[in-house]
Amino acid sequence: MIEVRNISKSFNGSVVLNNISAKFERGKTNLIIGQSGSGKTVLLKTIVGLFKPDNGDIYYDNINFTRLNTKEKKNIRKQIGMIFQGGALFDSCTVEENVKYPLDMFTDKSYEEKIEIVNYCLKRVNLINTNKMYPSQLSGGMIKRVAIARAIVLNPSYLFCDEPTTGLDPKTAGLIDALIKEITIEYNTTTIINTHDMNSVLEIGDKVIFINRGTKSWEGTKEEILNSDNDELNNFVFAAKIFQKFFPNKNIV
Amino acid sequence: MKFLYNLGRYFILLKRVFERPEKQSIYRRRFFDEIEKLGLNSIGIVFIISFFIGAVLTIQTAYNMTNPLFPRYLIGLGVRDSLLLEFSSTIVALILAGKVGSGIATELGTMRITEQIDALEIMGINSASYLIFPKIVAMIVFNPFLTLISNIVGIFGGLLVAVFTDYTNPSEFIFGLQYAFTPYYLVYALIKSVVFAFLITTISAFYGYNVQGGAIDISKASTVASVQSSIFVLTFNLILTNLLL
Repeated sequence: MIEVRNISKSFNGSVVLNNISAKFERGKTNLIIGQSGSGKTVLLKTIVGLFKPDNGDIYYDNINFTRLNTKEKKNIRKQIGMIFQGGALFDSCTVEENVKYPLDMFTDKSYEEKIEIVNYCLKRVNLINTNKMYPSQLSGGMIKRVAIARAIVLNPSYLFCDEPTTGLDPKTAGLIDALIKEITIEYNTTTIINTHDMNSVLEIGDKVIFINRGTKSWEGTKEEILNSDNDELNNFVFAAKIFQKFFPNKNIV
Repeated sequence: MKFLYNLGRYFILLKRVFERPEKQSIYRRRFFDEIEKLGLNSIGIVFIISFFIGAVLTIQTAYNMTNPLFPRYLIGLGVRDSLLLEFSSTIVALILAGKVGSGIATELGTMRITEQIDALEIMGINSASYLIFPKIVAMIVFNPFLTLISNIVGIFGGLLVAVFTDYTNPSEFIFGLQYAFTPYYLVYALIKSVVFAFLITTISAFYGYNVQGGAIDISKASTVASVQSSIFVLTFNLILTNLLL
């Protein structure tokens, strides 16, 4: 489980996160939603340690991550898998080298053992015969799947996804969502996903946190989200025309 | 103030770069990759520039020695010492500040904005050390070779002028090359090449590693990296010359 307590973060005097607290449970897909610029990416990057919070604490299974030294943080980070919005694959490396990379850095396995694990992970994300391809030769959906394969290659305890379906067609986005959900259950990871894709929210949102202007505005499940009386949340959720058709009684400001 | 701020950040980055490597076998592999990328791939341009510098230097030296009291072998001596003391180390460093410096800044800048550096950090890897340290070592190891190559090729360019023109004759030119040779000049040139290699790599890496924004910012960082590297090469050229000669 990951818990954040009273997290605040500012950049050049501008408050981006304001006193956010939340719990993200193991084996569940926890979604952080909000408009672009609401602070959800900063929250995710603060949780993984890319940004240092101005105030507050972050707990990884009751270990206070913010109070650890660099070496201790490294041990936690080895248990983290992260899928970036653009994939963040190393473009000078092949698919195989990208996925093998964490194994090279953190294990003493033989080359054959590593390749076996890499092939398993690539097969797990439904990518075969792509080992020798470079990221520039892959489609958006394939890049995301390689990123997922790289994220799970060390059997992570924590999985973070920054807008994993952005820029993908609805069918591929659905496949990526399903894959993340399956992996969360299979590896029993604490999964945190940043998204503004309502399809993802309704498909895989075991727990949903709505961030509005840097503060936590709402928290609940995907079932509760459609019946919420939070105006800011409703403005966000029902902004899409297709939702307005199905929920005509919702007041959108 | 901004200069001091950047200087502070530069030294903080250097501290991270020189922290204990994660896994030495990976660093060894990266070192050889960087030798190829930064060193071997620069031989061509060093070769061309040095050849023409040597040839032009020979003509210019001959042009300024019209007095019959000056022995003609001084042309060879002048070309040798000019190449050794200044051209092969400093001019090559300035060329590399453009070629290698902008390459390093662009590579790291692209990795920064495409979140590849963030990906390394999240994996628990010291990205500064992993990405920059092998580049520094590769350049420090290879730049003295480039300086030596530049000297040899420059002298060869001068020799061809001596062979194919009437400015001087080859035997006098070769005699001049061997006359009153001071081995310390070579040591001086190699010391400069090591310092310049360090400056070019670290300054360019600093600007590339800290890029924020998009493609335009990478382009800006690449330009600033080349310009700043060149300025620091020239500044340290003056300091080292004052200290070492």
